[in-house]
Amino acid sequence: MKQQIIPAIRLTVALMVLCVIIYPLLLSGFARCTPEKGKGEKVADRNGKSYYAHIGQRFDSVIYFNSRPSAVAYNAAGSGGSNKGPDNPDYLKEVQQRVTDFKQKNPGAIIPADIVTASGSGLDPDISVAAANAQVPRIAAVRKLSQQAVQELVHRHTSRPLLGPQKINVLKLNIDLDQLTH
Amino acid sequence: MNTEISGIIIMFVFTLLLSLPLGRYIARVYANERTFSDPVFNPIERFLFKCSGIDPHKEQNWKQQLTALLVINFIWFFLGMFILLNQSWLPLNPDHNPDQTPDQAFNTTISFLVNCNLQHYSGETGVSYFSQLYLMFLQFVTAATGMAAAAAVFHAFRKGTQQTLGNFYTAFVRSITRILLPLSIIIGMILILNHTPMTFEGKQQMITLQGDTTYVSTGPVAAFVPIKHLGTNGGGFFGANSSHPLENVNYLTNMTQMIAQMLIPFAMVFAFGQFLNRRKLGWAIWCVMTLGFLALCIPNIIMEMNGNPNITAMGVSPALGAMEGKEVRFGAPASAYWSIATTVISTGSINSMHSSYMPLSGMNMLLAMMTNCFYGGCGVGILNYFVFIILAVFISGLMVGRTPEFLGKKIEAREMKIAMIVALLHPLLILTGTALAAALPSQTASTLANPGFHGFTEMLYEYTSSAANNGSGFEGLGDNTPWWNISTGFVLILSRYLPIIGPVAIAGILGAKKYIPESAGTLKTDTATFGFMVFAVIIIVAALSFFPALTLGPIAEYFGMG
Repeated sequence: MKQQIIPAIRLTVALMVLCVIIYPLLLSGFARCTPEKGKGEKVADRNGKSYYAHIGQRFDSVIYFNSRPSAVAYNAAGSGGSNKGPDNPDYLKEVQQRVTDFKQKNPGAIIPADIVTASGSGLDPDISVAAANAQVPRIAAVRKLSQQAVQELVHRHTSRPLLGPQKINVLKLNIDLDQLTH
Repeated sequence: MNTEISGIIIMFVFTLLLSLPLGRYIARVYANERTFSDPVFNPIERFLFKCSGIDPHKEQNWKQQLTALLVINFIWFFLGMFILLNQSWLPLNPDHNPDQTPDQAFNTTISFLVNCNLQHYSGETGVSYFSQLYLMFLQFVTAATGMAAAAAVFHAFRKGTQQTLGNFYTAFVRSITRILLPLSIIIGMILILNHTPMTFEGKQQMITLQGDTTYVSTGPVAAFVPIKHLGTNGGGFFGANSSHPLENVNYLTNMTQMIAQMLIPFAMVFAFGQFLNRRKLGWAIWCVMTLGFLALCIPNIIMEMNGNPNITAMGVSPALGAMEGKEVRFGAPASAYWSIATTVISTGSINSMHSSYMPLSGMNMLLAMMTNCFYGGCGVGILNYFVFIILAVFISGLMVGRTPEFLGKKIEAREMKIAMIVALLHPLLILTGTALAAALPSQTASTLANPGFHGFTEMLYEYTSSAANNGSGFEGLGDNTPWWNISTGFVLILSRYLPIIGPVAIAGILGAKKYIPESAGTLKTDTATFGFMVFAVIIIVAALSFFPALTLGPIAEYFGMG
């Protein structure tokens, strides 16, 4: 056993150089050649302020398309879901409250599941098409826009991939909504 | 919805198509045959062996192989403890994260060492970038450890009497240089092109469009994620693992990560067939594994697409499926597919929160980890399956009145005892652990996030995940307490090393036996009949021993609902 300890230590050190230094540096170098330099995709609003395009933000004001509920209040210093079981009575009460609130804000709309449930990361940047459509009449009324103009905006922001679900990035949608109003 | 189902099917077919050539390549790598990659990797390997003073051509028997494996694992353990207990003053800590407590460091080190990655901390606050890099190192070497152990078993079943099983260090180093590292680089580049961060900057303050002040964590994510999946490790860079929008940006990265985690387990099965020149056996094993995978996966996809009946009853449209804990960009079907893929394979990464799944979906995830051999982890999956082959050969040998033999080697009492111990260890650890946790509410009751049966399932899941070296969790469990850190730590050690030692020992003993050429009286192990036999043994030994525990958890919850 003893004659295996020293070679094992030396091999560990040698492999660390390969896996911990060379490998990340290689990828860092590659990232620096990309337009966003490995810092993640950013998107700017009309004042030129930039945000992470893929980090969801809390939107609960009536003047914006609302984002999904979040277990971490959209603070991206951390991340996580509610982890509540499907039959947990406290959890169901909470969802019932969200359903009531959503109905009140958007009377008559169909309520899709994503807008009353928390995402896994708590930072979900997207909502479903149904969740955006349900909010169109409210946004149009509050922003004094025609329903058709808002609907068109939603339509333009819907990504329809060949594989996977359709979705709408709430931040990009709301940035353009601000643009439309001013 | 159709684009979502076709997404899943394409993911699966793509994994299979990629794993076939990779399997052939892996077989050549372990047989030390010439490959197209020689000009690049030969000098790197020569340099590594020269630095460490190891003779890569020295043949080792199974005892020498296991000693080498255990010694080097021991060194990684001490190094990991040192780094996690001192990370506050070590370099690359821009967010000034504190040292881990001793019990947490013990759990973290062990769980990364055994390819489990239970993660009783959150990546954003619990570790520095330096620690993350060391943990990434462990993700490479532990995957390679499992693959090298599997390679030893491959060597044992070559025709003839095999006293030695190749060289542990050679198979280990080649697994990294020729398989894990090049694939990681390719996947890392795909992730970077899809906006995954690769930076060493710390947290950044951000004012949102609506005016809230928040912080955003980033980091060298694109380097961490490829090996977490290729090596079936599953330890996330961020707390939310692959549901985090920077760790898994879009549907394409989701597919990439999904394929990455299933790729090597698939390929190892085909490599086994290729290595022994028994391709049909490889396919027979793969088909049984796929049968088990689909039997768990399809129900989960259907149940999650149907939505939570409790929430539908409130007047919410069930069209999107059950969305609690799931991300809109993946949707319910691809999340459900991942939930089983990550549990049959010992990855344990998640793209949605398992605790919020429907009760019977949760049961299927548990069953996937309880059987732990449908594909299984990097290298170790095929070792687990090998144990069940030995049991099935013995039982069918008794049934038809023939001497049990596998690939020309007679299976006798000693091998059977080892196989039995390994097969029974898994239920023993899971059920004893859960029973103790349930019997000690003073330690565990306050850590549960949900009342009733679901709370029991949280505990059962934690020990199952530990014993299967999986690493996923019903994450509501407040598991960063001395009780959970230490008890799961011991389960992790036992359930990693014994299931490696056992199969390698069996292979070593069988390899040294006289080779009996196939005759009309030989039990064929590459037929559909024998495949079903193995499947039945897995169901009886693995799944049924857990039935009472499942009744108390997910099954009771299912019947209590609505």
